[in-house]
Amino acid sequence: MLDGRSMIRRRAGARLWLSALWLGLLCLAAILAPWIAPKDPLAQDLFLGRLPPFWISGSEPGYFLGTDSLGRDVLSRIIHGARVALLVALVAGTITCVVGATLGLLAGFLRGWVDMVISRFIDIWMAFPPVLFSILLIAVLGPGLISIIIAIVVIDWTRFARVVRAEAMAQGAMDYVASARVAGRGRLGTMVREILPNVLPTIVVLLTLEMGIAVIVEAILSFVNLSISTDDPTWGGMIAEGRTSIHQAWWVLVFPLITLFLTVLSFSQLGEGLKDRFDPVLR
Amino acid sequence: MSYLSIRNLSVRLKGGLPLLRRVSLDVAAGEVRGLVGESGAGKSMIGKAVLGILPPAAEITEGEILLDGADLLRLSPAERRRHIGATCALIPQDPLTALNPSHRIGPQITDRLVDILGWTRADADARARALLAEVQIPEPDRVLRAYPHELSGGMRQRILIASAFAAEPKLIVADEPTTALDVTVQKQILKLIAGMQARHGTALLFVTHDLGVVSKVCQQLSVLYSGMVVEDTPVRDFFATPRHPYSAALLAATPKYTDPSAGLNPVPDAVIEAVRAEVAAFDRRAAHG
Repeated sequence: MLDGRSMIRRRAGARLWLSALWLGLLCLAAILAPWIAPKDPLAQDLFLGRLPPFWISGSEPGYFLGTDSLGRDVLSRIIHGARVALLVALVAGTITCVVGATLGLLAGFLRGWVDMVISRFIDIWMAFPPVLFSILLIAVLGPGLISIIIAIVVIDWTRFARVVRAEAMAQGAMDYVASARVAGRGRLGTMVREILPNVLPTIVVLLTLEMGIAVIVEAILSFVNLSISTDDPTWGGMIAEGRTSIHQAWWVLVFPLITLFLTVLSFSQLGEGLKDRFDPVLR
Repeated sequence: MSYLSIRNLSVRLKGGLPLLRRVSLDVAAGEVRGLVGESGAGKSMIGKAVLGILPPAAEITEGEILLDGADLLRLSPAERRRHIGATCALIPQDPLTALNPSHRIGPQITDRLVDILGWTRADADARARALLAEVQIPEPDRVLRAYPHELSGGMRQRILIASAFAAEPKLIVADEPTTALDVTVQKQILKLIAGMQARHGTALLFVTHDLGVVSKVCQQLSVLYSGMVVEDTPVRDFFATPRHPYSAALLAATPKYTDPSAGLNPVPDAVIEAVRAEVAAFDRRAAHG
């Protein structure tokens, strides 16, 4: 039988598995980079500069996706770049989520002066232009992985706080919260046991979106040379380098770009798929 | 000695509008008191004040709520919570939002017994099973493992009733427990609540706007208008000889199913004006202390 529900479930399933597959492969590549990358990502060879990818004549065996203007292997650099990208996505995404969701939950459930303080804080925070703010932060903190993570957390926690606050407020008005309070659950207990599970699907979606955003932010900062040292391969750095030789060697730009695109897309689709799994009503 | 005794309770929105004006009422142990009145009369507010779940925008300005001899308003918040949790329960209005959609039915009934009242898991499980049988739910094992959205509204209301009786409370506040249900289901649920109440000897504060419900379930009745108790009487006397003109008008406004051609008799403007004048006079007197 094919009713509407099973259609939805099947579509959500495909989305979930495809995105999980891509991210899983990427994770494996990042972890195993030193062993599976065909070449040393830093090794330069000016005689092998701007080799095209394998299906175009003039390519060299072993340089699957071609080389950049310094003769470095594009595929190996993408694989090594996945390390930075995923590290930033996981660490920055998780910290942002925990900080933002906690503040949002507190504001939305406790209301009163707590909500006042946190909400005004969010309003003020969101008035800063984010790109300028992050560049300023990195300029002060100095470039590096830790600085990027801090910058992402500091800028993006408001996204979580806003949405989770609204959701917690809606849930807080439900009768089951009143019942729990009558039964003698404390405020914190009610928040964690009754409200949190119902806000969780939203948090999961936001978290995966945030991971995608973190990958993009890292790429942007690499692009403007504010990420980690320029020697280490990053997707943003590769895109920045590829831009200068786009007419002679488009592959230096295009392959990291496709990887970046697929990764960010997978993160957001993973979130939607997981939400359907987490939501007891849709499950 | 009544189990719940409310004395001169006043509640208002923070910095303004009064919601309850010096309300007094008693509920004896094992007794059922109905609270009737039109929308906005403050009937739900009384239940919420007793259970300590007033909305954040409302505050209690005076009065006392004696529950089992202890004045709730003088206890510390933690003591109050413990006292209410040990003696009271709520049957909420809307069964669709009164069960947590993320938890299975079983834990929703048992977790509170285990976490807060310190029962063993096995005792709580046995108790939940017995209660589901008592509220006539078939296949208790399946229901205990179900999520709320898998069950019908009537089924959920039965579960809420079972859950309210779980810890053998001495007082249950039923906040319009049948309003959100079908008429056919309403009757069954009402019978169920009345039966459970009688078997367990629980005192019941029954909030409703339906005088028909009152006549079936309640022994005592408080009629509210604009946050004021205008009549406090045994239910039998109320239907025979309502003393307050507003009560009489309210009673006359109940549609008669036996004579459909009679039409509707809304509470006349003159009566409303008279009660408003009464409330205004009361406010003037209260303002002078």
